[in-house]
Order: sequence, then C-alpha cells, then structure tokens
Amino acid sequence: MPRFYFDHNATTPVSPAVLEVLVPALLEVYGNASSIHQHGQIAKQKLEIARRQVAESLGADAKDLVFVSGGTEADNLAILGTVRASRAAKKHVVTTAIEHPAVLNPCRQLEREGVDVSYIRVGSDGVVDPAEIRRALRPETMFISVMHANNELGTVQPVKEIAAIAQEAGALFHSDGVQAAGKIPVDVKALGVDLYSISGHKLYSPKGIGALYVKHGTSLGPIQFGGRHERERRPGTENVPGAVALGQAAALAAEDLAEESLRLAALRNRLEAGILDRLPECGVNGRRTARTPNTTNIFFDGLEGEAMVISLDLKGFAVSSGSACSSGAVEPSHVLLAIGLPRERARASLRFSLGHSNTEEQVDALIDAVAESAAHLRKLSPTYTASV
Amino acid sequence: MSGGVDSSVVAGMLHRAGHRVVGLTMQLWNQRRLPELTPSTGPTGRCCSLDDVYDARFVAQQLGIPYYVINFEDRFEEQVVKPFVEEYLAGRTPIPCTLCNNFIKFDQFLEMAAGVGAETIATGHYARIGQDEETGRHQLRTSVDRAKDQTYFLFGLKQEQLAHTQFPLGGFTKPQVRELARELGLPVAEKPDSQEICFVPNGDYAAFIDGYFREQGIGPNETQGEIVDSDGQVLGEHAGVHHFTVGQRRGLRIAAREPLYVISTEPASQRVIVGSNDDLLRARMTVKEVNWISIEPIAAPVRAHVRIRNKHQPAPAVISPTADPARVDVHFDEPQRAVTPGQGAVFYSGELVLGGGWIE
Repeated sequence: MPRFYFDHNATTPVSPAVLEVLVPALLEVYGNASSIHQHGQIAKQKLEIARRQVAESLGADAKDLVFVSGGTEADNLAILGTVRASRAAKKHVVTTAIEHPAVLNPCRQLEREGVDVSYIRVGSDGVVDPAEIRRALRPETMFISVMHANNELGTVQPVKEIAAIAQEAGALFHSDGVQAAGKIPVDVKALGVDLYSISGHKLYSPKGIGALYVKHGTSLGPIQFGGRHERERRPGTENVPGAVALGQAAALAAEDLAEESLRLAALRNRLEAGILDRLPECGVNGRRTARTPNTTNIFFDGLEGEAMVISLDLKGFAVSSGSACSSGAVEPSHVLLAIGLPRERARASLRFSLGHSNTEEQVDALIDAVAESAAHLRKLSPTYTASV
Repeated sequence: MSGGVDSSVVAGMLHRAGHRVVGLTMQLWNQRRLPELTPSTGPTGRCCSLDDVYDARFVAQQLGIPYYVINFEDRFEEQVVKPFVEEYLAGRTPIPCTLCNNFIKFDQFLEMAAGVGAETIATGHYARIGQDEETGRHQLRTSVDRAKDQTYFLFGLKQEQLAHTQFPLGGFTKPQVRELARELGLPVAEKPDSQEICFVPNGDYAAFIDGYFREQGIGPNETQGEIVDSDGQVLGEHAGVHHFTVGQRRGLRIAAREPLYVISTEPASQRVIVGSNDDLLRARMTVKEVNWISIEPIAAPVRAHVRIRNKHQPAPAVISPTADPARVDVHFDEPQRAVTPGQGAVFYSGELVLGGGWIE
C-alpha cells in the first residue's frame, strides 16, 4: 500500500540534499571540535560553516547562535537560562496559552521556583492580541515568550509588535520559531527578538539538532553543566554532523522558500477547498490568513478525530489529531481548547501539514480518503445521526 | 489489547488464521490521578499502565499488525467511574466491569472499531457466542474453562453487538491459552493474570472512592453515619456507606455476642443496618433492566439457574415476568445469602446464558 505523509509539522524526513552532506560528515568529520589536532580543527571548521549557514538563514550574526539538541532544549535554555540568571527579587514572565509544551512546561517549572507567570488567552482566530500582552505587563515583568507560528493552526503571531512592547517594557523577548523557520521568512533582527528557537527535524534535517539565537549581550546562563562548549552556554561535545545537516537544511530552505511556500499554499488551499466542498459540517479552525503555507486544521463535527486518524492511517495517509500522551493515546489539543473550541470540536479536529513530498495527486487522493472515512464514520455515529 | 496474555493470544490466533487484524488498546484511566492510592512500586500492573501499553504494542509489533491506543478516558469517567461511585452512594454494590462492557467496550469501542473499518471486534473474554440455527438468534454460552467464565459480566450484550463480536478464547482453558501464547512466541506468555477491577488499586474500592471524594472536594464528614440494628438501635459509627456491602462482616468494629453482618445500607440516612447471618437470607428478588440474550423475552414463568455474584454457584429458581417488560421476579428454590442490590443477576440454562439484569 502506498503511504502518503501529511504530518510535516510533527517531523520531516531528511531530504536527499541534506543526506548528501550528512553522510560524509558522519563518516569523515569525527574529530572532537574542541580538540587541538587537525581532526578537531576540521570538525570545528565544519561546525562554524554550519553556524554561519544557520545564522544567515535567520538574519543573525553567527556568534549569536548556540547549537542545541532540538526545539525543546532551545526553548528550555531560552527560558530557564535567562530567567534564572536574573537576580531580581520579583520576577514575572508573560507567555500564551497556545505555546508548545516545550515553552509551557519550563514556565510551569519557573512557577514552582517562585516566578509569577501569566498565560495570555487567545481568541478563536488563533492569534495573540498584542494589547493583551501589554495589559499583562507588570513592573517586574522580565521575560516574554510568544511563538512565531503555531504548530496546530499555522497562525503567524504578531511577533514584531510584541517584541517592540517587550523592549519598551525592558523585558527579554523569546520567540519559539520551530514551526516558522523554513516555512515563512525569518529575520531575527527585523523582528527584534532577543531569543529565537529552531529545530532541525522540522526542516528536513535529522532529529537531535536545533539552535537558539541569543542576541549579543543577552544575559544567559547554562541549564546543564559540563565543559566550556558553545561559549559556556551549552556544554557537551558538539554534534558536528547534526550541525552540518542543519546548516545545509537552513540554507536550502531559505533558497527554496519563495517558490516552495507558493506551491505548498496552493496544495493546502486545494486540500481545504476539496474537503469543505465535499463534506458538510466541517470548517477551518483559526484564522485562514497569515498562516504558514503548509498547515490547515479542520474540524469535522460529530466525528472523532482519533477515529479519523486511525481510519486514514489504515488507508495509507498520515495526519494528526491533538497531542499524544505518554501511552500514545490522543488528548484533545490544548491549542484548540485554548482558542475556545468546545472539547467535542477539539476532539473532532484534524491537522494536515504538507511538505516537500506532497503532490496534487496525493492531495486529491487524501480528499477522497477523508470524504470516505468521514462518511463511513458519520453513518455509524449516534451523536451525528441525532444532530441531523 | 490490554497487554495481557488473553487478548494477545486472540490477536495472534486471528492473525495466524489470515485475518486482517488491527490492535486497539483503550486508555481508560489516567494513572497520575489519585497518586496516594498507588503502591510505592509505581503504577504498574493496573489498567492503562504504561507497562501494559508497552506489552500490547510489543505484541502487535511482533505480529506485524497496525496498533493504536485510543483515548476513552472521558467516556470511562462518565459511563463507568461516576456511576460506580454513585451506585455505592445509593446503597448498592455496582459492577464496573459490566458497566464498561455495556457502555464502553461493546458500545462506543465497537462503534469506533466499525468506524475505522473493522467488521468485527474480538476480545479475550472467556465466553462463547453461537447462533440458534432455526431462529438465527445470537446466543451466549459459558466458556469451556468454568473457573475463568466471564459471562456474569456480559449479560447486557444485545443481538446487534453479538453479531459483530468474537470471543475466540471461549473454547479454551486458561492453561491452553498460555500454551498457545508460548507456541505463538508471544512475549507475554508468562505474564500473571490481571485483577478484576482494573482502575482500582489492590481491589480496595472504598479507598478509591475516598480518594475520588477528596479529588472532588467532598469531606469525610459528609459521608459518615451510624451503624444500627434492625430495631434502629445505634451500635456504632462508620466513615461512609461505600465502605460496606451486603453480607460483609469485617470492618464493623462492634463487639457483639454473635457475629454481625451488613444486611443493607440506607443512603438517605447514611445508616448501615446490621444483623445475624440468618437475616441475610432471601428467597425472592426483583431484577430490573433485564436483557434477554439467548431467548426471546419470556411471557410465562421459566425455570433457570440464577447467579447473583461472579463467584456464586448459580441457584435454581423460577423467573416470572411482571407488568413491566424490563423487570422480572425471581423466586429461589432455597433462600440465598446476601442478595445485593446493584449486583447483576444472570440467568442460565445449562451453559446457555438466557439473559440477566440488575438486582433491585
């Protein structure tokens, strides 16, 4: 059975062009980048080339970039590394209810450490209102974190406006750019952020590599302790092959961005239109403008998103619904609940996220499969039958 | 697939027979809730524990079948846990396994399985499904392994549900099932049997209900009451009617000349009524919400063997219809000890399960 992948916001495959640089790096560049000998120097050189590539794709200075293990570590380092480094007696942090757990849970940890955290509610459009951020400010507000693009909805957040508010308030501003990098143009200087997280495996490089942009002069301490790597911000022998792959992936994404985002948006719109035309009682969650081009989140009233995911998987289509809990069962998406969807509708929603491999033929096949699965499930569902 | 040996063998047997098998595990209960009830060794060996999901997934991977964990926590809370607690508070002794079978497994789970394209569900229950050749009616029979028989918990099954259900283990004994597991090379072949009430640690349901109350903010002063004899004389105090079930002797903490047993609980006054063993004997009972499985609803009295607890030896009785088609009167040949409201009453004719309902 052919399998088609529509879950690129969860992770992406390693692209052939990335593999082309990754394999030689794994085979040949095995020196420890901190070693004095030639093996070490070659590794260090590859690491710094990669750092410049990633920096360039984000409009950052290379020395402001810290390689980490992925998006989760980047977010943890940004949040815990700065807030803990502050000696202020009272500390207040502002973030939003639609952040990824990699932001929400370090914030909850800070609460346990005595920091006050405000979680800003977000309206049904899935976009943070900068005025709400401003309203949450206190004299002791020292850190604000708002994601660049939402992983569930694709909605792009007004990061530039919020960065200006943060600057005015004298607070550091972090943005989780894991779902934005490679999908929409990113320029950390133009955005005015102090910290920005990216993850390799969301842009066709392997799992286990990511980066955090830390604007020059930002006070940030390590959250793990060991050697003096990455300017004493992130100890541990550098993952040079990972960095090489991320550098290549970031460069390629920047190069292809304009063209690929148009192609993906066209496919995404075709998918949305196809589903909305064919099926009753469904619609798009969140704002349909200013989204990452590859993402749509659609509710199917009266259906179980979980049953749809299984049904589509058995037909060869990978899509997602909510977030997996530790057993692997699906919980309703906290993002959909946070933007005010009733639990029923949150459970009845599916996320489709497109990528390099998807074609028009695949999208058309997916529309047919969704229509077929939904019709079959609705025929059996007493809740739906009762409502019509 | 619970991760236990029975459902694993079912998956293995059906896969070997050439069926297209999809493994499903229901996530029913969040293990992180009521942590004070969890033994210090951690939440293992209970339903929905990560270890069990790991085992079920391991078996599915070994067989090479698709496998999914589906989230039924909300539904389990609504359809099983809440009614379980409410029944205790209403002075009855509920059977969560039957509630789960009636409202989750053979209802919403069956519906979801059909929704994702399954023709039938198969479970590891010890019972047999057959069909009356003349009428086409689906019938339920006790399992070959009488000690493992689970028909007591299956009296709510409807014809439509039986038509889409298979119990492949009904014709085997437990030792044979373990042998099959070894033969299929399943990693769970030697895993110990699970306990009866999956979400209640150590089978201590009173402690579970106490914990559930704490979670809901209900204090002990709202549940405590008096222990009285049949004349209404106060003999002692108790922490809540949910600590008692009919026929219980332990936990009364009253000194008396002859042994005292719980005769009934009165939720309205929060009183527990105690008496002698003889006071527990009943020859008659009414059974409500009766579901007839293997035969049409009765129009005249029939003789059957009636089981009033899972481990009860079915006792001969006459079952008579009443004006209400969902209710029957049961008259035992010999009085039975501890007829307990809220428990199931299941009617048997030999190995055939005629039907059953709830003791009123």
